Amino acid sequence: MRSLISIEELSREEIDSLISTANDIIANPKKYSELCRGKKLATLFYEPSTRTRLSFEAAMYELGGNVLGFSEAQSSSAAKGESVADTARTVSCYADIIAMRHPKEGAPFVAAQNASVPIINAGDGGHNHPTQTLADLCTISRECGRMSNLTIGCCGDLKFGRTVHSLIAAMSRYENVRFVLISPEELRVPSYVRHDILERGGIPYSETQDISEVMGELDILYMTRVQRERFFSEEEYLRLKDSYILTADKLSGAKDSLCIMHPLPRVNEISVEVDRDPRACYFKQVLYGKYMRMALILMLLGVSV
Amino acid sequence: MNIDSIKNGYVIDHITAGRGMELYTLLGLDRLDCSVAIIKNAQSAKYGRKDIIKIDGETNVNLDLLGYFDPNITINVIKNGERISKGHPELPERLVGVLTCKNPRCITTTEQELPQIFKLTDKKTHEYRCIYCETKVSRS
Repeated sequence: MRSLISIEELSREEIDSLISTANDIIANPKKYSELCRGKKLATLFYEPSTRTRLSFEAAMYELGGNVLGFSEAQSSSAAKGESVADTARTVSCYADIIAMRHPKEGAPFVAAQNASVPIINAGDGGHNHPTQTLADLCTISRECGRMSNLTIGCCGDLKFGRTVHSLIAAMSRYENVRFVLISPEELRVPSYVRHDILERGGIPYSETQDISEVMGELDILYMTRVQRERFFSEEEYLRLKDSYILTADKLSGAKDSLCIMHPLPRVNEISVEVDRDPRACYFKQVLYGKYMRMALILMLLGVSV
Repeated sequence: MNIDSIKNGYVIDHITAGRGMELYTLLGLDRLDCSVAIIKNAQSAKYGRKDIIKIDGETNVNLDLLGYFDPNITINVIKNGERISKGHPELPERLVGVLTCKNPRCITTTEQELPQIFKLTDKKTHEYRCIYCETKVSRS
């Protein structure tokens, strides 16, 4: 029995296989619509989430399965003080697979140590969110038509944005991938990403504070939100916030084939006018996330087509 | 200075000068009934200066902790007044109940019955990470 706690647990071959399954689901949805008949997914969400929980639930329904669970800690036994380990053991008696989101880092790992069914980490604090990365990888594969020979721009909050760290780790495994890291000084990628992943892996990268000067080089632009509370001073925030808002004007020098991504939710970092641009892929990214979760559920349940 | 030789126990040698007391506390030697001697700033042909700890009593020394603290330390095991073994502790693959995760967002902060476990993630730099949240141990 296997769980998925971190994206690094998946080999490149397994990721490619999941993308291939997702592509097949998109092409032949009927073939998959009964594969999980009689199976149950438990969604244990200890903190609120819209996209991830609904995406897991939609994924299981589209496979013909059923869903049970809770969407906040207050409506679970956690409110009575039950441990994650005990909840995982208990829910294993009711469900065939569990998707867990928890504000504490490592909670899904504890669940996986104790459950008798597969656990999928649906986000643990600022730590891991592997199914978001799977959604990102599927988007890159489908929208760019390749996983190698890419220049990937990551823009915004690169310090606290866990999705960017996981994306860099996952895409570093493919050939001839280069990163352009676009952020204010205060929100540069943490040293463990720079040293442990990029420098240790010999992955080419550059850093800049100005999105306009690099726009023309990019095959992918991965936007993240710059949050006011991350800045040391209000002046700094006001000075920098507009530099990291993507507008139609800023896209004037970009490639026609650019793929604009965002893990969502968006606040104001991509202006709504960009939504009409055919290069905007962030809502497709949400859709691909559902297909990748379907592929993952099938893989972890050992269901073959 | 003269410290009596010991009958049964350990001589922990080649401790970096100045860190003997820290190791004494970490190993919980203050809680032992037997005699324990800390020799500070002893002369060392190898390192110039060193600290030494002598434990006169049959007790279990946490070798994992010694390996984590400093794998260059030398441990001599004494039985009936004779040295029966001498060697360096190994850098342990896992540390159980030795360190506490300092990450306030780690699951161990709310579920305190979970064992504190750290794994060796880089032998070269002696880097350990919490198995739950993967936070690196910052060595003070």
